[in-house]
Amino acid sequence: MDPDNGVSTLEPATSGGTKSLRSSALSHRWGTAFLLTPPLLWFFVLYVSSLVLMLITAFWSLNGFTGNVTHQLTGANFHQIASGSYPAIIGRTVLLAALVTVTDAIIAFPFAYVMARVATQRAQRLLLVAVLLPLWASYLAKIYAWISILERGGALNWTFQHLGLPSPNLGFTNGAMWLTFSYIWLPYMIVPLFGALERIPGSLLDASSDLGASSWWTFRHVIVPLALPGLVAGSIFTFSLTLGDYVTPLLVGGANSTLIGNAIYQNLLDGGNLPLAAALSTVPIAIMVAYLLVAKRFGAFESL
Amino acid sequence: MKRRLLARGGLWLWVWAVLAFLFGPIITIVIFSFDRSNIETLPIRSWTLSWYQVAWHDEQVRQAFVLSIKAACAATVLALLLGSLAAFGVHRARFFGRDTVSLLLVLPIALPGIITGVALNSTFQWAGISLSIWTIIIGHTTFCIVVVYNNVVARLRRTSATLFEASADLGASTSQTFRFVTLPLIATALVSGGLLAFALSFDEVIVTTFTAGAQNTLPIWIFGAIRLGQQLPEVNVVVTAVVVLMLIPIIIAARLTGRDTFSASSTRAPTN
Repeated sequence: MDPDNGVSTLEPATSGGTKSLRSSALSHRWGTAFLLTPPLLWFFVLYVSSLVLMLITAFWSLNGFTGNVTHQLTGANFHQIASGSYPAIIGRTVLLAALVTVTDAIIAFPFAYVMARVATQRAQRLLLVAVLLPLWASYLAKIYAWISILERGGALNWTFQHLGLPSPNLGFTNGAMWLTFSYIWLPYMIVPLFGALERIPGSLLDASSDLGASSWWTFRHVIVPLALPGLVAGSIFTFSLTLGDYVTPLLVGGANSTLIGNAIYQNLLDGGNLPLAAALSTVPIAIMVAYLLVAKRFGAFESL
Repeated sequence: MKRRLLARGGLWLWVWAVLAFLFGPIITIVIFSFDRSNIETLPIRSWTLSWYQVAWHDEQVRQAFVLSIKAACAATVLALLLGSLAAFGVHRARFFGRDTVSLLLVLPIALPGIITGVALNSTFQWAGISLSIWTIIIGHTTFCIVVVYNNVVARLRRTSATLFEASADLGASTSQTFRFVTLPLIATALVSGGLLAFALSFDEVIVTTFTAGAQNTLPIWIFGAIRLGQQLPEVNVVVTAVVVLMLIPIIIAARLTGRDTFSASSTRAPTN
């Protein structure tokens, strides 16, 4: 491990004067560099440089005859994205991501509120476990569960029939996709929201009611604003995860359920068109960067 | 007073409904894994364990399982090493770029997983690296580092620096301080981070599709089988087994570190 882990700052001030203080600060800095070099090397060599290469690839093209990638810069991929079916796919993806985010926020808020401010300590622990377990249950298992619930002879139709209601027949539609996404990402919304609600000092709520505010007023003007960073942090997850998913639309969606992720997947793995796939990948990146910049203004990063 | 009671009752009703929503689907697949029928029909007429037998003897499932375990082990070891180094480095760093480093480390989970997949795939294609278990491991390590990093850095933040200072004042060498003070303090965070990283890698499909080539990890096998609509009773059994298997590391991790396990970004897979 590192040569002076966390101890360098104290000792020289008493023993050695400025010279050794400086040398100690220097060795502290070297120690930090020594620690950070391997992980940062990994990140820059494998991750960041891959991202950069992908961005460059987006401006390359595919030779129509040979199927090889031509290393000549062109904006043709972006022209293609701006036309044909792609704008509709992008629009559908963003709309769905927004819809899923709003749905999860509505479901999660009362739940997280009870967890943070109503439940006893024991109940709070149990509820945390109850959120954690489904979050970590296998992703594909959760998708498979919804396929078997929503399909024609599935549990949902069966239940509706036995209640004497018409079958909803949600299987393999955009509605199925919306429901499945909302289900899978719900815990990612609950957790940061719970954290934010729990951090609100009780004295603020007491003060609000002492000053004559109704509980609705307190909720609206004290609790919601203070929970906002947690809400935005949760929405980063629900939004970003929906934006890049291709498995859920492929498995639970229908004919009109193609999302950006599917377009990327098809172009790269079925069509072998890496440049176009790379160009399409810049769309979720651009959307997420814009989203993160807005989220930062809401102080969401502290709640991540 | 009465209105308040009513509001409270409504809130708890909501909580129970959400719990039913969270657990209902998972319970459904577990139940269906014991259904004898080839196609899922309700009500279930007869029960069996035979699909478990079929899955157990399926050579493809076995191979996929072994590959998943191997990749998850390797990714976990690498992530433990790199993630804890990063945590120590960032924790003691006082330099200006500290926030940049921690932002960089969470980038693989803040951006959609497919981005990591396409980026790595384009690098492998460009460099002429053929896809193998190593390319899978590289992809998994990249996002598993975040999990270990988050767990360890959260522990270090809550550990008082005076403990290390006391150790040094009492004459312990740096390596003694590390071995007898630092390591015991962060041990459970390391174990928990490692378990979460393992679980994350074992279940990952979004990135893996782009780094695995023709090989099947268990999630890729499941994905393919559902997509083709083949061997569905077997799929049902395999996903049930995966859910149960993943519970073990998660429960241990939760017991070891309590709240840190719940930190949203440490629980967030790029997939998932």
